[in-house]
Amino acid sequence: MIGPLTIGQRTHKFPTSKLSIPESFSAEFLSAEFLSAVLERIDVPADWIGIRAMQETSSYRTLRDGHPQQNERTLDRGAMVEVLAQGQFGYSATNRLTVESLQQAAQQAYEQAIAASQWAIHRFTEAVRPPVTGYYTSPYQQPFNRLGVGEINDLLRQLCDRLKVSDDIVRTSAIARMHDIDTWFVSSNGSQLHQQLHMIESHLGAIAQAPGATQSRTDNGYLARSYQGGWERFADPTLLERATQIGQQAIELLTAPNCPDESTTLVLAPDQMMLQLHESVGHPLELDRILGDERNYAGGSFVQPQDFGQLVYGSPLMNVTFDTTLAGELASYDFDDTGTPAQKQYLIQNGILQRGLGGLESQTRLEAPGVACTRACSWNRPAIDRMANINLEPGDTDFDTMISGIETGIYMESNRSWSIDDQRHKFQFGCEYARKIENGQLTTVLKNPNYRSTTPQFWRNLKEVGDSQTLQVYGTPYCGKGEPNQLIRVGHASPACAFKEIEVFGGVDS
Amino acid sequence: MSLQETESSSAASSQSADHSVDHTPRHKSANEAAFYRLVEAIDQALETQSNLHFTVSLSGEDSQFTRFSQAKIRQTGRVQDGKIRITLMTGALEAASGMASEAASGMANEAASETAATEKRTATVTLPFTGSFGEDWALLQPALIHLQQELPDLPVDPHCVLPASIHRDQPNSHSREVCRESDGAQLLSESALADKVLSPVRALDFVGLYAGGVSYRAYADSAGRRHWFETPAFTLDYSLFGDRIYLAGKSPAVKSPAAKGPAAKSQAAKGTIAGRQWQPESYTQSIAAAEKQLALLSRPVRRVPRGSYRTYLAPTAVADLMDTLVLGGGLGESALRQGNSAFGKLAKGEAVLSDLFSLEEDFTRVGIPRFNSSGEIAPARLPIIQSGRWVNSLVNGRSAKEYNQISNGANRQEAMRAPAVAPGTLKEAEILAQLGTGLYLSNLHYLNWSDLTAGRITGMTRYACFWVEAGEIVAPIENLRFDDDLYRFLGEALLGLSDRQTFVPAVGTYNQRSLGGMWMPGMLIEQFRYTL
Repeated sequence: MIGPLTIGQRTHKFPTSKLSIPESFSAEFLSAEFLSAVLERIDVPADWIGIRAMQETSSYRTLRDGHPQQNERTLDRGAMVEVLAQGQFGYSATNRLTVESLQQAAQQAYEQAIAASQWAIHRFTEAVRPPVTGYYTSPYQQPFNRLGVGEINDLLRQLCDRLKVSDDIVRTSAIARMHDIDTWFVSSNGSQLHQQLHMIESHLGAIAQAPGATQSRTDNGYLARSYQGGWERFADPTLLERATQIGQQAIELLTAPNCPDESTTLVLAPDQMMLQLHESVGHPLELDRILGDERNYAGGSFVQPQDFGQLVYGSPLMNVTFDTTLAGELASYDFDDTGTPAQKQYLIQNGILQRGLGGLESQTRLEAPGVACTRACSWNRPAIDRMANINLEPGDTDFDTMISGIETGIYMESNRSWSIDDQRHKFQFGCEYARKIENGQLTTVLKNPNYRSTTPQFWRNLKEVGDSQTLQVYGTPYCGKGEPNQLIRVGHASPACAFKEIEVFGGVDS
Repeated sequence: MSLQETESSSAASSQSADHSVDHTPRHKSANEAAFYRLVEAIDQALETQSNLHFTVSLSGEDSQFTRFSQAKIRQTGRVQDGKIRITLMTGALEAASGMASEAASGMANEAASETAATEKRTATVTLPFTGSFGEDWALLQPALIHLQQELPDLPVDPHCVLPASIHRDQPNSHSREVCRESDGAQLLSESALADKVLSPVRALDFVGLYAGGVSYRAYADSAGRRHWFETPAFTLDYSLFGDRIYLAGKSPAVKSPAAKGPAAKSQAAKGTIAGRQWQPESYTQSIAAAEKQLALLSRPVRRVPRGSYRTYLAPTAVADLMDTLVLGGGLGESALRQGNSAFGKLAKGEAVLSDLFSLEEDFTRVGIPRFNSSGEIAPARLPIIQSGRWVNSLVNGRSAKEYNQISNGANRQEAMRAPAVAPGTLKEAEILAQLGTGLYLSNLHYLNWSDLTAGRITGMTRYACFWVEAGEIVAPIENLRFDDDLYRFLGEALLGLSDRQTFVPAVGTYNQRSLGGMWMPGMLIEQFRYTL
């Protein structure tokens, strides 16, 4: 039997397993114990070996205008063997989960490491792969199999019906995507982890059209309602009512005036704050961007290593955390994909930059503080510095007080467009829906609301942060970076926020 | 420094698809044999059920990925992956008109059962494809049973298209394009890769990704269509930065001259080479061209105020623009019908673009399969916009059925797969003179629609972008944001296109390595609008 291992205990060899290993894995055999037993059989002269295996089963249900567009189940599984030799990591990933295939993968990973070692950007040690044991699972109340496929499709059809509030609605869409993801991580120095994530991603959308005008409205942005949990995260009591409101607001936007071009006080709803946080806080703080590794694709950062602990990133009201402990937020976990235990940590506190988003490899190279965020999107990509849950901590101002204190301004909801430069400095974001603020009241509905600014100026103009009553949690499955490219799931929680003197503008006048 | 030298990096870097593909029967690869064995097993498992139809599509790769930063190796490894997607459909082919009139004459029971039989339902499963029949069939067989059990619970799919009954000897029912290393295609071995790529650039700040290996795509269905595509291919996509100023760290691999500020730090030249065979001379030429751009980028950076300027977009910048226009702009029939397109006005004839602008799908020069996920073969060339006027939307089988159109073999997203913009008459040697005073842009970054249905698009300048005065490059620029309307910059503001196209390879690696690329000229635009 494999005995228990504690954090900090380092061994290079496991006690010989008495478990028999099937030559080919199937779902019921994949486990940390079995992978450890396979690891025991790998014979390469490496300094460290790890196996990260993943299995994802998903269900995709999409209706458009009440008709099925996608009824699909998927199974994806595989393993990445990672080897550290002569200070260089090499990897080999395969979807063939046999003992022989994993042994071959280990040999290939070793050869990769040796071939690259002369050109290593940094000589790593196994200190960047600390031994750890643990288990994490997403809490949920209603399992996905509570509804059959017919019932799910029927619910989505009802939502399409609700969205179509009038004949001016030319397209309705309703999506539900469910995922069960198991990740196992074992290593030659004693790690043995299993994390089980249950996620549901949903979308409701309506496109309204009239002569000379087309507008769309969604459920807080495309797939913004993405969470860990079960059916309770989708089929909540407000669902049908939200669908009706989405359709009504799409119609409303058809006759709304364009957002004016002006510099004004801008209030952002939590479902736009998620994108603001993501693009202008999350990405610039990724340590591998600061190190320059992303410059050929996603870009670099205006943040310099010497900025940690002293850069005034935003107003003193700005407090941003890395927090994988919130139940239900999309990227919650106990360990990152290299086994580092995760905890809630401040990235920005009272406006001052504290630490970056980077795991042990980047922290070592940069000699800068980071967090447990070395993550891979799947078994077929190496883990790199990623966001997980990046949240703006709530302040003290309730929403009514925030609005009533504004003489003129614009309130915007739900992201629909985003663009930022490769140093995360100049940005332009667009939303679906806005309202004028006049003498402390939300008044005229506005269409095509956009705003532009530069990151430091924008966050230093943060003038009010909503309280916990305004806090909403959202996520996205589509955060992209890395070479080779990876799409990963992230979560963002934020209250409503007010910013002064921001340049806003509208769309093309028809 | 002449413009010709700066553009030659694109020319030298591009290795367009060669045509040494094997269309004749040859030995099958292990993956090809395994795929067809699975198709045969599916066929046999379902053969007794005449009302059940299937399609099978496959994509897979065996890839080397080596990531570079600071002319060193950041990460390196290999990925073997494959996914097989099976769609089951119930329902009979629509009744002929004669049978319909019989139903109308009062044979109600027969009509009802016929309606039930023609009601179609669709269910899909995607599974790992390992190339080992035993392992793959062990997953596929129970999945097929599960799909059959699920189908009756699903709603009717009115836009389902059954694989049409076709004879095997009809054109387009079979295709096989295979390229092997024995044909002369030769990629870098993992042992040689680091030296071949990094030795020529060891003194430079070189960042990028080598992605190479064998890719395969396949399709089969219950009507007998069979398509197989297999090729080795590589891309090396990289950036060269102006100084070894990245980064202040204690790693011995990093030199540490003082940083010169954000604007200088971000000046870089971009290069890409691609093909089926590593050619050292192409790489050397690409690096040399990028280094020449770096010489220009070492000049003091100019901050250009927001405003409107005459602008030349190099072919790589046009490719960055087209990436957003043709992939997310809504050239498909479904997007146009559903109000989700930037090209609605053009398609309805309410607007025209410049008669200098023509856009087509051109599969003859990009080395990608023409079959889609429904087994339809796209035409070798398909005009989308011709001399500024709308010609064809992209239509797949489902949209054809929904909107009573004829399919032209578009993919599921109805996005372009082989875009090509027609060249013009602007000679390369005259580009700077024609630009006069304005901006020369090598690349664009992070484009998105600021107003989709109005055709307004925003993005950033990136890489080798210069301020030009009286036809002479003066200085590199601090990056600028543009926000402009395609009906303007591809309309009255389009002054000209270069007289030759450059192949810009696809380098994306989300989920799998992309194949192919675009053929793009450069564009000269009047008063391109910059907003930040």
